[in-house]
Amino acid sequence: MIKACFKVAYSSSIKSDFSLDVNIDIPSKGVTAIFGHSGSGKTTLLRCIAGLENSVQGHLEVSGQVWQNDNYCLKTYKRPIGYVFQEASLFDHLSAHENLLFAMKRAEHTVSQDNFDRIISVLGIQSQLTRYPNELSGGERQRVAIARALLVQPKILLMDEPLASLDTARKREILPYLERLHENVDIPILYVSHSLDEVARLADHVVVLEAGKVKAQGELTQVFSTLEYSSYFEQGTGVIIKAAVLEKDQQWHLMKVGFTGGELWLSDNDEKISEEVRVRILAKDVSLALSNHEDSSIANRLAGKVEDIIQEDNSPIALVRLKVGDEFIIARLTGKSLANLGLEKGMHCWAQIKSVAIVH
Amino acid sequence: MSFSQADMAAIWLTIKLASTVTLLLLIIGTPIAWWLARTSSRWKGPIAAVVALPLVLPPTVIGFYLLIAMGPNGAVGQFTQSLGLGTLPFTFWGLVIASIFYSMPFVIQPIQNAIESLGERPLEVAATLRAGPWDTFFNVVLPLAKPGFITAAILGFAHTVGEFGVVLMIGGNIPGETQVVSVQIYEHVEAMEYGQAHALSALMIIFSFIVLLALYGFQRKGKFHALSVK
Repeated sequence: MIKACFKVAYSSSIKSDFSLDVNIDIPSKGVTAIFGHSGSGKTTLLRCIAGLENSVQGHLEVSGQVWQNDNYCLKTYKRPIGYVFQEASLFDHLSAHENLLFAMKRAEHTVSQDNFDRIISVLGIQSQLTRYPNELSGGERQRVAIARALLVQPKILLMDEPLASLDTARKREILPYLERLHENVDIPILYVSHSLDEVARLADHVVVLEAGKVKAQGELTQVFSTLEYSSYFEQGTGVIIKAAVLEKDQQWHLMKVGFTGGELWLSDNDEKISEEVRVRILAKDVSLALSNHEDSSIANRLAGKVEDIIQEDNSPIALVRLKVGDEFIIARLTGKSLANLGLEKGMHCWAQIKSVAIVH
Repeated sequence: MSFSQADMAAIWLTIKLASTVTLLLLIIGTPIAWWLARTSSRWKGPIAAVVALPLVLPPTVIGFYLLIAMGPNGAVGQFTQSLGLGTLPFTFWGLVIASIFYSMPFVIQPIQNAIESLGERPLEVAATLRAGPWDTFFNVVLPLAKPGFITAAILGFAHTVGEFGVVLMIGGNIPGETQVVSVQIYEHVEAMEYGQAHALSALMIIFSFIVLLALYGFQRKGKFHALSVK
């Protein structure tokens, strides 16, 4: 468990009145995403946890050990962390392999050959080892940087928007490695990002920051399906549902997944039967109907019960939360449609889902 | 063009002086350069100005004040006398100390610039990889700032070789002790031994040219940035 409590106020000619006032509990397993827009304080929070911000007061306790309090501050190089910066930050005077050796020499315990091989293969950098940083692409450098952070055998891995400085193609290339990382590493990972897509794909828990304050924190699917938090997700508002692969349709290259609320068809990307997948349904892809329209191109239709409705004053948009089986789905409609359909809490209706994406 | 016994002694003394001064300046100057590069204290400006003074002051001024300080009535002089060492002016070590002041900015500034241009990031990375301050200095800062250190050594050495005014004030032109090449040339001209003056001067020009060639050639080749951010 990581308990962090920081209060920072910067007032300088460059940053006007930046403040960070957080009090969070981070689970000691899995990936916790720290999500927010630029300037929300997420990188500062991560740096405070790493001890890289010298003038910050606060309390930080990690797995029962105090790293910082009013009288004491453990220096960064004594904290058992691994840190991946936004730009790869490899040492230019060393080759990729030498960068890794730098970490290994300073690790808690000697890194076994097995361990080394495993990390290299999870990140796919075997053929990059002899090259120097200026001979590697941005994505390769980041993968080496991640391997380097892991080879120091940290008790917690801190990642500061590791994909932010990469273009879309490189991002798509690295994401599978990050997903595999999640499975292959048993230390908690703190992942700072402003990309809801990355958070949806990688995180188990999420902390939402805005203007230096924590607006939401909790398990990913719960936070995502809570209507009150949707303003922080804007166009990315949507739920994540855990489902299992039931069958494949070879003819149409589709596969069917099922959960307590019903079944959904999506594109087949070679998942295996009975594999568990995470599926993301954006609120803007969900429309509601009072009856089940079979004569529609929208094949994914689920029956649900209206649990909650949010409509802001002066906004034409309303968000409706439906209970579908044991899960939730959020639909985004106009207030006018809501009124036309006469939808109210407790009513049953059908959710028509235009697009479902697998989010591993 | 052959050199006399005295000339050879002068050349050898010059090399000895420049090497000693460069080495000492690298050792003393590095912590100062480090502090100047990384501090945000309000003393940074004044200290940087003091370090840069020898760039601007006539060498005779530096020599004059050092002569007084190291003389029998000056603070340094009284200290050395109390240690039984006599006074420093007109000795090799007096010259070394004077030259340290004289060549200071030429060694400190390139190192300071090299450290500044590293920025914060390599140091932060090293810290997150469990490297303590000394570890970081020797394994990250030094290799990355190497061009700066090499420039500092070359400039410090070359600048000390070229000293004249300070040497004249402090040195006293004693053969084998403080009679360096620059002063020796002066001597030859005063004695109208133009041939020998030519010989030594030509040597100095060739030496200086080779040094500058090495310096600029080196700078053109090996400079990588501390972080290659795409």
